[in-house]
Amino acid sequence: MKVTLEILRYDPATDKAPHWESYEADVDPMDRVLDALHHVKWYTDGTLAFRRSCAHAVCGSDAMVINGENRLACQLLIKDASPEKPIKVEPIRGLAVEKDLIVDMEPFFDSYRSILPYLMHDGPEPDKEIYQSPEDRERFDDTTKCILCACCTTSCPIYWGSGSYVGPAAIVNAHRFIFDSRDDHADERLAILAEKSGVFRCRTAFNCTEACPREIKVTQAIQEVKREILYRSL
Amino acid sequence: MAHVHTFDTIIVGAGGAGLRAAIEVAGHGKTAVISKLYPTRSHTGAAQGGVCAALANVEEDSWEWHAFDTVKGGDFLSDQPAVDVMCREAADSIIELENFGLPFNRTPEGRIDQRRFGGHTRNHGEAPVKRACYAADRTGHMILQTLYQKSIKEGVEFFNEFHVLDVLFADGGECAGVVAYELATGELHTFRAKATVFATGGFGKMWKISSNAHTLTGDGPGALYRRGIPMQDMEFFQFHPTGIYKIGILLSEAARGEGGILRNSENERFMERYAPTIKDLAPRDMVSRSIYLEVREGRGIGADKDGVYLDLTHLPPEQIDAKLPDITDFVRTYLGVEPKTEMIPIQPTAHYAMGGIPTDVDGRVLRDAGGTVVPGLYAAGECACVSVHGANRLGTNSLLDLVVFGRRAGKAARAFAAEAALVDVPDEPEARTAEMLASIKAGKGGEKVAAIRDDLQVDMQERAGVFRTGELLAGMQEKLAELHERYAGIQIDDTSERWNTDLMEAVELGFLLDLADCVVESGLKRTESRGAHARDDFQQRDDANFLKHTLAYRPDSGHVPRLEYKPVELGRYEPVERKY
Repeated sequence: MKVTLEILRYDPATDKAPHWESYEADVDPMDRVLDALHHVKWYTDGTLAFRRSCAHAVCGSDAMVINGENRLACQLLIKDASPEKPIKVEPIRGLAVEKDLIVDMEPFFDSYRSILPYLMHDGPEPDKEIYQSPEDRERFDDTTKCILCACCTTSCPIYWGSGSYVGPAAIVNAHRFIFDSRDDHADERLAILAEKSGVFRCRTAFNCTEACPREIKVTQAIQEVKREILYRSL
Repeated sequence: MAHVHTFDTIIVGAGGAGLRAAIEVAGHGKTAVISKLYPTRSHTGAAQGGVCAALANVEEDSWEWHAFDTVKGGDFLSDQPAVDVMCREAADSIIELENFGLPFNRTPEGRIDQRRFGGHTRNHGEAPVKRACYAADRTGHMILQTLYQKSIKEGVEFFNEFHVLDVLFADGGECAGVVAYELATGELHTFRAKATVFATGGFGKMWKISSNAHTLTGDGPGALYRRGIPMQDMEFFQFHPTGIYKIGILLSEAARGEGGILRNSENERFMERYAPTIKDLAPRDMVSRSIYLEVREGRGIGADKDGVYLDLTHLPPEQIDAKLPDITDFVRTYLGVEPKTEMIPIQPTAHYAMGGIPTDVDGRVLRDAGGTVVPGLYAAGECACVSVHGANRLGTNSLLDLVVFGRRAGKAARAFAAEAALVDVPDEPEARTAEMLASIKAGKGGEKVAAIRDDLQVDMQERAGVFRTGELLAGMQEKLAELHERYAGIQIDDTSERWNTDLMEAVELGFLLDLADCVVESGLKRTESRGAHARDDFQQRDDANFLKHTLAYRPDSGHVPRLEYKPVELGRYEPVERKY
């Protein structure tokens, strides 16, 4: 079937402002929006720039705004993208556009790194696994699924309005360690997230949860971190 | 403007092997990881089912049994001393990953849980054994995230979205560093280093139906091949039996480890005929061939009758949700099929390169059949060929390979960099790369990169796939001559400097074409069937003539590589007929 893609294009080196361009692509309803973008890039206009790698929603490269919602282009099928109308594709919001659909991911990864996203286990180096019950393992299972695609963070109105907010993805990854029974330094992360740039900026808009391509309960994770900060301060 | 950076050790690639090497080197001299992707985009993250080690957490096991399975799975082409190293160091490497933070599934006692996987058996083939350590069906994701997290903790320096396009050598043959193209600016950078570790992954985008990411184009091996380093055992490329029909997305062998079975159009569990003992858990090469034979006999399914079904409908729904959540979601998303109630159409998908850059067990790159070490140059992971996987890799051994040999290559590079002096790079180190890029940008021949790549993938699938013949491979060699000629006439749309992904796709296609030459010529000259290399015209394994590794060198002229051979290092296990 023939679909029309309307893509917001912008090369800061040559363009005064972003502008929409329209392309036709011949695709199957079961194809991914990424396939349609490839069709455009490979056969119509090679100057179109976007990131992609795995093409099945595990690497997190191709987050973009499709028909107004944050999606992975490789996870949304054409048939589900209202193909009877032009499919509108824009870069994710809140991060500077480098070119077309490519944004500067550094501020996003800076936030991620700021919450100490690694296991800190005290005591002597064990020569066997640190034991963990299936129940303790289950406690943080949901937040281990994060692929750092930035769909959640760049759907958050607070994040758009304030460059200093760490954003949902960083909190999700903090949650993953705060609630890991093997980690001994939750207090350090909670202290970071109790600051002005931390979890209490969240206004529970739930955009993040709706945007997550891994179906992580992002807002719930943020609430659990908020609660943990409050409990520990009592 | 020239950018020159100087490090003690550089690591090219930020997947499992590269990150594991980086962690080993971090804190010992100035270290950098250079990657064309953000580290967490690497394809290690797409690995699903598990990483194996004979921990014996749930049933009796031993590293010697694991070694035997690996050698037999590899159809006796593996170098057995290297297999011993991998299997002996497996347990320690997995425990270390857990200590880094990897959230493995747990047994009721709180230990790392283990499950069955293809080709892994107790006591030399008696029955399947639970050897695969796993985190649901996202084990690779957890490994990649954990290693990236650990490398942040260790303060590793990253050059993300820097695409390495050339390798530099000093006059004495020592590796002097690399040349990289910065995607954000289009500028070239020279990285000088005492030790350089390649960990750039595979090249599965050479085939049409592939589980590989778009970015898996063999840039690392390709760049080294162009500088005279041979490519080992390139004819052995694994087709994973269960890719999503027509799309190729991987559905883990864990689906069969958890009890899933394969069925043909007559609803028959056909693997009972091909591998009576371990049935659906036979090694991947055998299962993929069995599927092809079923299709050939007219018992295929799907639009073109060239697939079969993966049946999970008899598994308890809660087991599917707990153990196979991601792959069943892929099936729902990309096929609109509900795996709990419907059978899943699948077909073999190009998956993993057993071959690659020849190395020893310390990741040191070898430049010839005599085993001459290239000073300062290392490789690990899928881009390397140690060789532990021989002619066919067992499931879960790739993730193990990453951590064991990533660590060993890191250790060896670190030790070398501590002793060695920085060698000189050649004059104008970036000149060759700059010339290549300028010539692609200036091309006016009208040939489309995508059209050439499509032809390559379609033809490789038909002529250098699961089954091959001399005629098919010779035809592919002629086709490659045509594709090279067309490649010389490519014309791209984007001639800008910033984020020129059009230009990089053209460069990647060039590497794929060169490596395809190695696959085809190595396969054409191997007139036997062994592991993943199945010749319809030579159906038997021929140990008298082919118990040896192929080395493919870039020729002085033309595109067909020059071949040499080196013997397989045997050990405890004498080659015997491979039955399961």
